[in-house]
Formats: sequence, C-alpha cells, structure tokens
Amino acid sequence: MDKTINQKAWFLVLPVFLVVAFSAVLPLMTVVNYSMQDTFGNNQFFWNGVGWFKELLDPSTDLGGRFLASLGRNLFFSLVILAIEVPLGIVVALSMPRQGWTVAACLVILALPLLIPWNVVGTIWQIFGRPDIGLLGYVLNAIGIDYNYVSNDIDAWVTVIVMDVWHWTSLVALLCYAGLKSIPEAYYQAAQIDGASRWAVFRAIQLPKMNRVLLIAVLLRFMDSFMIYTEPFVVTGGGPGNSTTFVSIELVKIALGQFDLGKAAALSLVYNLIILIVCWIFYTVMTNAGAERKPQEGAA
Amino acid sequence: MARIDLVDLAHSYGGNDAPQDSFALKPVTMTWRQGGAYALLGPSGCGKTTLLNVISGIITPSRGKILFDGEDITPLSTQKRNIAQVFQFPVIYDTMTVGQNLAFPLKNRGVPKAEIDKRVAEIGRLLDLEPYLNRKATRLTADAKQKISLGRGLVRSDVAAVLFDEPLTVIDPELKWQLRSKLKALHRELDLTMIYVTHDQTEALTFADTVVVMHDGRVVQSGTPAELFDKPAHTFVGYFIGSPGMNILPAEVRGREAKVDGHVIALNRSYDKLPDGAKIEIGVRPEFVEVVAPAPGLLSAKIERVDDLGRIRFARARLGDAKLAARAPAGFTSPDGTAGLKFDPSHVHVYADSLLVEGAA
Repeated sequence: MDKTINQKAWFLVLPVFLVVAFSAVLPLMTVVNYSMQDTFGNNQFFWNGVGWFKELLDPSTDLGGRFLASLGRNLFFSLVILAIEVPLGIVVALSMPRQGWTVAACLVILALPLLIPWNVVGTIWQIFGRPDIGLLGYVLNAIGIDYNYVSNDIDAWVTVIVMDVWHWTSLVALLCYAGLKSIPEAYYQAAQIDGASRWAVFRAIQLPKMNRVLLIAVLLRFMDSFMIYTEPFVVTGGGPGNSTTFVSIELVKIALGQFDLGKAAALSLVYNLIILIVCWIFYTVMTNAGAERKPQEGAA
Repeated sequence: MARIDLVDLAHSYGGNDAPQDSFALKPVTMTWRQGGAYALLGPSGCGKTTLLNVISGIITPSRGKILFDGEDITPLSTQKRNIAQVFQFPVIYDTMTVGQNLAFPLKNRGVPKAEIDKRVAEIGRLLDLEPYLNRKATRLTADAKQKISLGRGLVRSDVAAVLFDEPLTVIDPELKWQLRSKLKALHRELDLTMIYVTHDQTEALTFADTVVVMHDGRVVQSGTPAELFDKPAHTFVGYFIGSPGMNILPAEVRGREAKVDGHVIALNRSYDKLPDGAKIEIGVRPEFVEVVAPAPGLLSAKIERVDDLGRIRFARARLGDAKLAARAPAGFTSPDGTAGLKFDPSHVHVYADSLLVEGAA
C-alpha cells in the first residue's frame, strides 16, 4: 500500500491547537503555577510547594476552615434544592396538559424564568424580599412573620433556596415533560386494562421512562448549584456573616478581595477537581444505565 | 368469559352531530359468541381499531351500547371491564421482571399473594415463559415481550375477551407462525373469546373461525373464511380477500344471463328484480374463470401476462377497459395474445351497487 505523506494536515489542526492552548491549557497552567507560590504583592512570588493544598484540607487553618465550611454549605444547598426541585419538577410535568393550545402556553410560562439573566434574578429577589419596599418582605412582616434576610441566617437561606427553586424548577419540569411525552399512548392504555392506579402508573411507567432525563436534570442542577455565585451574591452578598457564603463566593473573596493568588489558585484547582469527579461519576452511571437497556438476543 | 353484543354501536371522533359519512365507525349491530375466535379484517383506516378500542373501553362510543352477557357495560371504564388487550407494539413494564409483569394486573386488583404466584406460574407455563420469569423483561426479544403483554391479559381468570390489535406487526416472519399457532392453541385450551384486528388476510383467515370484514367504517360481511371466499357479500370483500382478488366486471344482467362486453355469460340463478338505476356488476373469482383457446361463443380477452405462482398459474387479461385474472390450465399458451374465457356459472355472483344480490333458483 502506498501511503501519501502530506504534512499539510498539521496546518488544519494548528488553529485549534492554538485556540485550546491559549484558552484552556495556558491559563490552567498559570493557575497551577500560582497554586504553588505565595505572593506579597509587588509581583514578588515565593515558592510554597503543596503548602496551600495542605492548608485547604486542614480545618484548623484559616484557609482550610473557610474552604471546608463553604464547601459544606454548598453541598447542603445543592442537596436541598435537588430535594425540592426534582420532585416539584416531576409534579409540574405530570400536571401539564398533553395536547391543545395550553401546552404551548405552559411551555412559554415555564421557560420564562430560565431566560432571565442570573444577576437580574438576584436583583428581583433582593428587592422582592426587602421588608421596607419589597412585596414579599413587606407582606410577610405585615402578617406578623418577622422576616429579614439581611439580618437573619435562616431567612437568608430560605430566600436563596426559594429563589433557586423559582429560577430552575422549570428546567427539571421541561426535561421531565419531554420524557413523559416520549411514552407511547399504548402504555397508558395497557395500564388501564391492567387496572393500574394512578400511583402504579407513575411507578411502573412514568418514573422508569423519565429515569434518564431525571439523571440529566440532577446532573445539571447539581453542577449549577454547586457553582452558584451570582444570585446569592446579589441578594445576600454571602451574609449575614458568612452564612450564605458558598465556595465560589469564598473564592472570589480570596482571589480579588485579599489578592491571595496562591490560596485562590489552590482552591480553584480543588474546586475544579470535585466538579470533574462528580461529573465523571454521573457520566458512568448514565452510560451504564443506557447499556442495561439494550435488548439481548437469544431470549425468546 | 362472555357473549358480546354490539347494539347500534357507532363512533365519530367529530361528535355525534357530524354527518354519518364521517363516522369512524358506522352503526353496527352484531353478536360475538363466547369462546369464538374472531378477526376484524380491513385496510388501514377502516375503523377496525376504533371498534376494538370501543370494546375495550379506551374510547366511549358516541352512540349505541355494548353488552357483556346481556349486561350494559358501555359507561364502565376500561379498568372495570374484564378485557385484556394486546397492542401493536409490546407494552412491558421496564423495571419489572417477567414474573412481576405478569403479576401486575392481579396485584392492582388486590388478589392474594398465593393466588398470584399460582396464576403467574400457570400462565408462564402456558406461554413457555417459565425460564424467564425472574429475568428483567426489557432484555427480551419482541416476540417474548408480546407474549408477556398477552400473558398479562390471560393471567386474570375472569377475563371476558382478549383483544389483539395487530399484535404480530413487530415480530419476525418466521416467528409469526409460531406465535399464531400458540394463540390458536391457547384459544382451544382456555375457551376465551378472542378478537383479532389485522389488515393481513392470511393472519385473519388462519386465526379466526369468524372473520368480520370492515370497509370505510362499516362491517361489510361477517362469516367463516369459506363463506367470505365463496360468497362475498360486498365487492370489497371479494376484492380484498383472495389473491388475486375477485374479478369485478360491469355487466347488464337480465334473468339468467349477464351481458359483459357484448357477450352473454350464463348464470346459475335468475335475477329478475334488480333495483333500477343501480350499478350492476358481476363478480367471479379468478379460480373459477379459465383461459382457453379462443372459440366462438366464448368471451375473448387480451392476455397481458401469465403469473406462475408455482402450484397454479394466473393469466392477467384485459377485457375492454376492465382487467381480469383467470386460471391458466397446464399447457396453456396464447401465441397471438388472445384467449377465450370460460366461466363457472355456479360461482358467478351479481352485485347491485356493490352489494350481493341473491338470485332466485
């Protein structure tokens, strides 16, 4: 076999290589570089080895304490919003009409919160919840509930969680709705004939068919909420105190507030690693779930 | 188990006020006896699936009544009717094993566990699903899945009728035979009323002892396969059943004679009172027309080609504007492309406006 040797192909790959190098590899390496050093400003850098990483994982240090506390808050936040948004999204999807003009209306209404920019969502809720001029805050206080997200930890948490549920339940609902729509009518008819109750239909048909979209929904919502920054920053600024300071807010404080580039770089890398690992776990689970569904021959 | 009566049953998707021509199912009154094997046969869109869904309760008819053993069940929901239905595409519950799939209808009805296990084992044995009872149902092939759908119907001991909606569509051809014989065997063993919807005449004729032919929302004939073949009540039946279908030729009929293309064909019966202004045709199956060498006194036709089906040969001929198929005996050749047609008078039927006319002896 004659192989034509043509090195021109390299020129076609080169632009991509350059783009990736400048947009991903080089910045990442810069971060890796910073994570090994300490800076006292004035562009003086000192070698610190894995020192920052050790501190990060040690709760007795300032950096480690702040990181682990914000990580804990972040995980708690993600779990709470998943526990609310997934069941709520399923319920919304189940109660949506399946045909007629109302379908389009429902889809548009559901899509609206998804189209609003993050910081606008934050601003809306920041104003909405204010006890003096916000509709929600004013009404709550007027009926005798002492609500103030600026001074009360629990009120701040409730506001941030309700805001996220308001913003993102639609996504789960839309994904579930797509999953539900793909179920052929015959399944419902067969279930009727089999005398299945509403709950049995849900357990035997709808939930299994929504399995895959639910996995995607959980993945998307987990990642997004784990990386959340803008909305709580606009509403509470991480407060009161540190009560709603999530990892990304902490990161920005360290990197831009204190200008501790070394600590911030180390934190970014660990943060990134956590997200990659969780992504990988989800990916593996999802592909395995897909493989299990393939029919096997010789089983007649 | 039950006798099923349809009383003036009709359905329109456009509501009861729509013109009757647009009804998906035009008014029908008929009785299906307990333990019978019925086939609803007709082309796509003829209303057979609508009729089936009306019986199973998925569709509420816009008119008329359905009686199970004389009891009006029209207003009852599907759950309350003792009906089993097998759909075109296998419906199985993904997360369950084969055994759990079979147990599902009983579990929903609150049957005791011991009874469920007994029934599931029995139906598993009947359908040859025993080795798979503990396996996930998703992993099986289409025909095994279709058997599970069927099994979910049979597992209930009180089931009045089993309805099949083109159940073999997704099954491989060589397995179709097996599954169909299985259905036949089950029918004999369980003494169930079975109603089988299909557009495939072979399926219908081999499965059923009574075939109900539907056309354009109307039941045009219901009878044994032999009746449908020998005496089609409607030109559509003649044309739809049999391969090739019945020859339908425009004719003038007077007394015991039919005049086709200026030629007289003898009839076995006498037709004196044909409705005025009706479109008169004669119908004769290709099996009962023979092409022979042209001779005076025989209707002559142009031979277009001869199809050799192995066991039998059919000549495709042209008679004026009409096309016609006829049996070609062994050794038949037509050097000049013309042939005489020999009709078997006892199998020539007369149709007025597509409906069979009974002649006088």
